[in-house]
Amino acid sequence: MKVWKYGDDINTDMLFPGKYTYTCATAEEILPHLLEDLDENFAGQVAPGDVILAGKNFGCGSSREQPVVGLKSAGIEAVIAKSFARIFYRAAINQGLLLIECAQAVDAYTDGEEISLDVNAGRIAIAGRQFNFPTLPDEILAIRQAGGLLPYARAKLEKSK
Amino acid sequence: MASTFAEKILSAKSGVDAVQPGQIVTVSPDHLLSHDNTAAIIGKISDELGRFGLCRKDLHVIVLDHVVPASSETAANNHKVIRKYVKDYGIEHFFDVGEGICHQVLVEQGLARPGSLIVGSDSHTCTYGALGVFATGIDRTEAAALILTGQMWLKVPQSIKVTLAGELSRAVSAKDLVLSIIGDIGADGATYCSVEFHGNVGALTMDDRLTISNMGVEMGAKTAVFPIDSVGETFLSGLGADGGEPVWADADAGYSRHLEYDLAEIEPVVACPHTVDNLAPVTDLAETKIDQCLLGTCTNGRACDLAVAAEILKGKSIAGGVRLLVLPASRKELAKAMADGTIQTLIDAGAMLLPTGCGPCLGAHLGVLAPGERCLSTANRNFKGRMGCKEAEIFLASPATVAASALHGCISDPRNEL
Repeated sequence: MKVWKYGDDINTDMLFPGKYTYTCATAEEILPHLLEDLDENFAGQVAPGDVILAGKNFGCGSSREQPVVGLKSAGIEAVIAKSFARIFYRAAINQGLLLIECAQAVDAYTDGEEISLDVNAGRIAIAGRQFNFPTLPDEILAIRQAGGLLPYARAKLEKSK
Repeated sequence: MASTFAEKILSAKSGVDAVQPGQIVTVSPDHLLSHDNTAAIIGKISDELGRFGLCRKDLHVIVLDHVVPASSETAANNHKVIRKYVKDYGIEHFFDVGEGICHQVLVEQGLARPGSLIVGSDSHTCTYGALGVFATGIDRTEAAALILTGQMWLKVPQSIKVTLAGELSRAVSAKDLVLSIIGDIGADGATYCSVEFHGNVGALTMDDRLTISNMGVEMGAKTAVFPIDSVGETFLSGLGADGGEPVWADADAGYSRHLEYDLAEIEPVVACPHTVDNLAPVTDLAETKIDQCLLGTCTNGRACDLAVAAEILKGKSIAGGVRLLVLPASRKELAKAMADGTIQTLIDAGAMLLPTGCGPCLGAHLGVLAPGERCLSTANRNFKGRMGCKEAEIFLASPATVAASALHGCISDPRNEL
């Protein structure tokens, strides 16, 4: 597992440049441009199971969902940040991408350390130290557990038909 | 029980009495806005649309504005797909290319009614807060689900109270006020909150309030709202959109934070590369050379914004080596600016008139920058790479500051011109 570490206020233009917003919609189209203006190594080297660690206000800016779709499709296990911007947070729930808000874990991490996650218990372990993070309310957990908002909505519509 | 604006709206729209911050409620928004991204949204649910149909024909408001007129075959085809959807499903509120930028058009068409709840797949949906609307941005997937189900969850936000006093000084504008607030509290200073503006809101025109609410997301806000006073009533009546039911906070409602601003103390400011909260007084940036000025966008593209610039540039020419792009917020605002000679004045001064739409603001087309260039813009965001080039720099300011700077070829204080 590689840990990709970034700073504060990582915005959606850094995660996926605006100039591609209307030309890239599928995961295949998005992946090559992920984090293009922030870290030119990311798109080529990211692997399933990797984790992103970041400061405050991760995902601020536009409502474009390509960053979330791309990170999910690249197999990012979780984004652990001190705080998230709200449109991005919502988009992540809708795609089933795991976001963890835990400032202490971000501050405690040093390069090269192992990170392990126990999502159900709401715990992160970094080099032997444990940190708790808040779990989602049941209504919203149901969306993530369904694999995202559209699978959740489809199931509801099928049931009511 | 005393309630904030957000608590009242979310209670009304969910049917749950007395909601509390942090509570999750299920609401049925009055409208969903989308634009050129509509094709991508409906592309996610083409099977479901066929099977289940739309939840409501009048929910969806579609405005084509981001890449207009189409700059490529891809963009043109994107628009074609959207027009077909509108026709096939009988979408009532559709505005084709050339009508204007989505947030301006939705307001002009009287679709932003006080007391309503509007979401949009665009982060600047918060603009309608100027009309006492709970208005907030969402992602495309949420929009797709809404089209089918008409419902979504929302978390009741905490609220921040901003109390205004006094009046803005000469050459100082609402844009300087909202940039100053963002500079003070930071890009995440209002994250997840509903920001309410109180006090001497009468000192601000409706155009001023639209500018301020538009920028709400740049301080992290969920929504940024004004009460409906006589200014609001006159504006709505002019649109034939009065008769709504305005909602406002109770006098003793609870807030997580209180801010106070004396409008007379606000000075012209600039948001420097590459974040909106990276503020500096305009005087600190004197003689910062610029290559392009952008006057317009949903933030500051109304006739009054263009008129302030025209007042500064009347009978003069912009500096050599500077490009001044004028981007009206809508056809109607452009028509007003043509009728009163504003556009003529700007053209005579050397400006280039762009079609109404978003274009250069997000680096889509019409004013993309080259490496090493600097643009001073009245838009709402200056992130690295936003105008199409990550080696360029974007500074944000008011229309008056942009006009003064176009005149001199470098960032300039508008108080020296007006």
